[in-house]
Amino acid sequence: MSFIESLTAYQLDTLKEVGNIGSGNAATSLSTLLNRKVDMTVPAVRVVGFDEMMDLVGGPDKIIVSVYLRIQGEAPGNMFFVLSPPEAEVFVKEMTGIDNFNLENPPFDEMGLSALQELGNILAGSYLSALSDFIKVLLQPSVPLLHIDMAAAILTQGLMELSQESDYAIIIDTIINEEGNNSEPIKGHFFLLPDPESFPKIFDRLGVTS
Amino acid sequence: MLTETKEIIKVGIADLKFAKSPEVLRTSGLGSCVGVVVYDLTMKIAGMSHVMLPNSSLSKRSDLNQLKYADTALPILIEHLLKEGARKYALKAKIAGGAQMFSFSSSNDMLRVGKRNEEAVKMMLEQYRIPLVSEDVGGSSGRTIEFSLDTGMLNIRTVNSGEKQI
Repeated sequence: MSFIESLTAYQLDTLKEVGNIGSGNAATSLSTLLNRKVDMTVPAVRVVGFDEMMDLVGGPDKIIVSVYLRIQGEAPGNMFFVLSPPEAEVFVKEMTGIDNFNLENPPFDEMGLSALQELGNILAGSYLSALSDFIKVLLQPSVPLLHIDMAAAILTQGLMELSQESDYAIIIDTIINEEGNNSEPIKGHFFLLPDPESFPKIFDRLGVTS
Repeated sequence: MLTETKEIIKVGIADLKFAKSPEVLRTSGLGSCVGVVVYDLTMKIAGMSHVMLPNSSLSKRSDLNQLKYADTALPILIEHLLKEGARKYALKAKIAGGAQMFSFSSSNDMLRVGKRNEEAVKMMLEQYRIPLVSEDVGGSSGRTIEFSLDTGMLNIRTVNSGEKQI
């Protein structure tokens, strides 16, 4: 049995708090960046099979816009910021004023792509720095990588480390909502996927041994 | 035109399924994973495996999921086909996937997993002397594949370069 199947309710709650701290900070950054009110839902900690994880974003071959970064340092792992293409288009329009940015037919506008990458960079960076302060471990983000492709093709890369040990992933998932937009509110998912060896370290620093 | 409804059998991640004509086998969103189809067209029987990792020795646990690894999934795939009446000499294979989705300089070996999956799958097919008829591997795009037993064609869909059949 791997550690994933033996997590206690208290440990899962602690992970939820980890998500809360990180995404709260990211939501504040986003709010400042867009000069709008941004809401976030209480993070969920999900223990899911790989196929279930794809369902969280609409299915394995659903096209997603993702900013991926590898977390290096004392508690390594993977992080994804995931948007649907229409949501990403709204973000780009708001950030850059480019009105005709679309993610339907490549090649895509370079400036728009660069804005998305920067958005992911800012959000993931503020998420991680809050987290790093909270659990008192040094975490360094890699250069963020932007991908527009099928959900499973992108997200399975983040499951590779974990998959050597388990058929389940622990996902700390937060949804952010932008409020006050005239059209549909836009949503984004943060997926934090710590490597297996990072969990004991996180629990240890937070004083939750088992 | 009469539209025949064909049942589509979905193969998940680290999963393995079998089909008989006129069923269609599909697996969605292959990135570094490799989709392997082994089939006997005359007997109208096929199996599809969604391989996630090359080698079960990578596993850190004993009760591992055998469908996840090339070296353990392919024997299950092939032996089940033979048990179901496929003839060994008639078996053929097609593969797709093994992309490298992320490209950044890192010592992390997991980034090369697509290539390693491809190599591991080919090695297993060679071991069983099953000819690899066609392949669509590598690159940096996700693929959704569908195998039709009626035609023996593997349909491959990508986000940016459309559809093709191999």
